[in-house]
Amino acid sequence: MEKQFTEVRWHGRGGQGTVTAAKVLAETALASGKHVQAFPEYGPERMGAPLRAYNRLSANPIAIHCQVTNPDVVVVVDPTLMGSVDVTEGTPDNAIFIINTHEKPAEIKRKLGLGKAQKVYTLNATKIAFDTIKRPLPNTPLLGALAKVAGLIDMDDLISDLKRSFSKKFTEQVVSANLEAVKRAYEEVVGE
Amino acid sequence: MSTNTVAMTGNIAVANAMRQINPDVCAAYPITPSTEVMQQFASFVADGEVDTELVAVDSEHSAMSACIGASAAGGRVMTATSANGLALMWEMLYIAAGNRLPIVMTTVNRALSAPINIHCDHSDAMGARDSGWIQLWSENAQEAYDNLIQAVRIAERREVRLPVMVCLDGFIISHSIERMELLDDMQVRNFIGPVKLHYPLLDVDNPVTYGPLDLQDYYMEHKRQQADAMQLAKPVILEVGQEFGKTFGRSYGFFEEYKLKDAELVVVALGSSVGTVKTVVDSLRQQGIAAGVLKLRSFRPFPAKELAAALKSAKAIAVLDRADSFGAYGGPLFSEVRSALFSLEAAPPTVDYIYGLGGRDFGVADVNGVFDDLKMLAKTGKASQEVNYITVRE
Repeated sequence: MEKQFTEVRWHGRGGQGTVTAAKVLAETALASGKHVQAFPEYGPERMGAPLRAYNRLSANPIAIHCQVTNPDVVVVVDPTLMGSVDVTEGTPDNAIFIINTHEKPAEIKRKLGLGKAQKVYTLNATKIAFDTIKRPLPNTPLLGALAKVAGLIDMDDLISDLKRSFSKKFTEQVVSANLEAVKRAYEEVVGE
Repeated sequence: MSTNTVAMTGNIAVANAMRQINPDVCAAYPITPSTEVMQQFASFVADGEVDTELVAVDSEHSAMSACIGASAAGGRVMTATSANGLALMWEMLYIAAGNRLPIVMTTVNRALSAPINIHCDHSDAMGARDSGWIQLWSENAQEAYDNLIQAVRIAERREVRLPVMVCLDGFIISHSIERMELLDDMQVRNFIGPVKLHYPLLDVDNPVTYGPLDLQDYYMEHKRQQADAMQLAKPVILEVGQEFGKTFGRSYGFFEEYKLKDAELVVVALGSSVGTVKTVVDSLRQQGIAAGVLKLRSFRPFPAKELAAALKSAKAIAVLDRADSFGAYGGPLFSEVRSALFSLEAAPPTVDYIYGLGGRDFGVADVNGVFDDLKMLAKTGKASQEVNYITVRE
C-alpha cells in the first residue's frame, strides 16, 4: 500500500521535551497548510523513562488512526537510548535518521547497522542546548535539524511558530535562546 | 486555509466546544483520559471566558447527581467522564434519562477494570447503552467537537428531552493532536440558541416534582414515553445534522457511508478505527476491489431500518466491536447490526470481529485481514466462525 503521508518517530526520555517537539512539528507543518497528527505513546510517565512520540504529515487529509510502525523519519533525542531501544525498528530502506550525538554520521550508521540507502544526520543537540538554552533540552535544536534535512517543514515557518507558541509560556530571553538553538542546529547538522 | 484551522487534541477540542456552548452548570470529577476536558474547561471558567458555575464534586456519582439537580432546575448542563467514572455514574445515568433531563456528557472511551487499563475500548459506553441516553460516536477530534455542539440542540428539543452522550476514543483521539476547524463563537451560540425551559424546578409559580414514586399505576406509561422520545429523536438528529451542514459545511446523519453505494465487502464500525479502515478501503479500491465502510454515528437511537437499507446489497459484512458482551453471541454492535439485517429478504452474511480491547493497536494489516476474510465469505456465503477475536495472542 502506497503511503499518502510521511511518518516520523521520536525517541526520547521523559523530561527532554520530545512530546513538545512532535507538537511543534505538527503546528509548524499546519501553518504551511499541511494536514497533521502528533501523538505520544502513553505508558507510565516518568522523568528519564524511554518514550516515543509520533507525527504524520501530509498534503491531504489523514484518516488513519493506528500506531506508526514504519516511520520514514526517526529522530533520536537521547543517544543513550540506542543501546537499549531498537531505533531502527520497522524503518523502510530509504529512512532518514536524525541523531543527537557528538559522533559522526558514518559511525552511527555502522553502529546501527543501517542499509545503504538509509541516511544518517547527526548534531550535538545537547551541547547546542547547553550553549543557548542553558539546559539539557535537545528538542528545539533537533527541530532545526529536521527543517534542514527532512524536507517536511520550512525553517521560516518553524521560527515563526516557535516564536508564537513559546511566547505564550516563556520569557523573551527563553524564546530567543530557543530560536538561536534552532538556527545553530540548522547550520551544524551534518550528513554522511 | 481558514484562520480557525488549528492543531488540537480531541480533549481540547471538546473543551472548546463547551466554552462556545457556555453551559450554566458543569460538574467535574477527573478520570483518565477525559480529565483534560474539564481541566481545560476549568481554565476557561477561571479566565472568565464562560459564565458557567463549575461544581467540583467528590465522585462521578456525585457529578451526575449535580448535573441532574442543575438540569431539573432549568440549566444547560454538561460534564465529561471515562470508563470506571461512567460505571460509577450508573444509577444516576438512568435517573437522568428517566427524568428526561437534557444533560450533555462527553464520554472519552476507555477500557473498564479489571485488569486496570487506561486505554481505549468501547466497553464503558456499551455498558450504558440501555440507560436511556442518546449516544453519538465520533471518528476524530472534528467530529467530537461537531457532535457536542449538535448534542445540545438534540437533547433540548421538546419532543426529545433526553440526555446525550458524545463518545470519542480515549488517547487515540483524546490525546492526539490533529488538524481541525474551530467554528466562530457567535455562530455556535446562534446555532444552539438560548436554553429552552420545560418545567424547571426553580419556576416557583408553577411548581413541579421530579422523580416521585411511580408504581404499577404509571411507571410503564412513563417508560413507554421514554421509548417514544428515543424514536422521536431520530428525525431531530437528522434535522440538526443537516442544519449543521448548511450552516458550517459538514453534514451529519445516523451514519456515514464511505464508498458504500456499490460496495460488496463492507465493514461496519464505530470511532477512530473507521479512519484506518477508510485508508485501507482507498487502497483496495485502487486494486479494483469493491470495499466500503459504514460508520455508525448514532448508536442510540439505533437506526435499524436505515442501516439495513444501506447494507442490503453487500455481499459480505464484517462488524467491528471494540467491546465484548461476555456470554452473548458477539459484541454489542454485531448483535444489533445482525438483528437489523434479519428483516431483509436476503440478509448478507455477517461476521463479528472483537478487536482493540484496552487500546490494542488495530493496524492496516489487521484491516486487510478482515477484508481477506470478507472476500472468502462473499464467495462461500458462510463463515466457519461468525464471532471472532482479532488483534489478540491466542
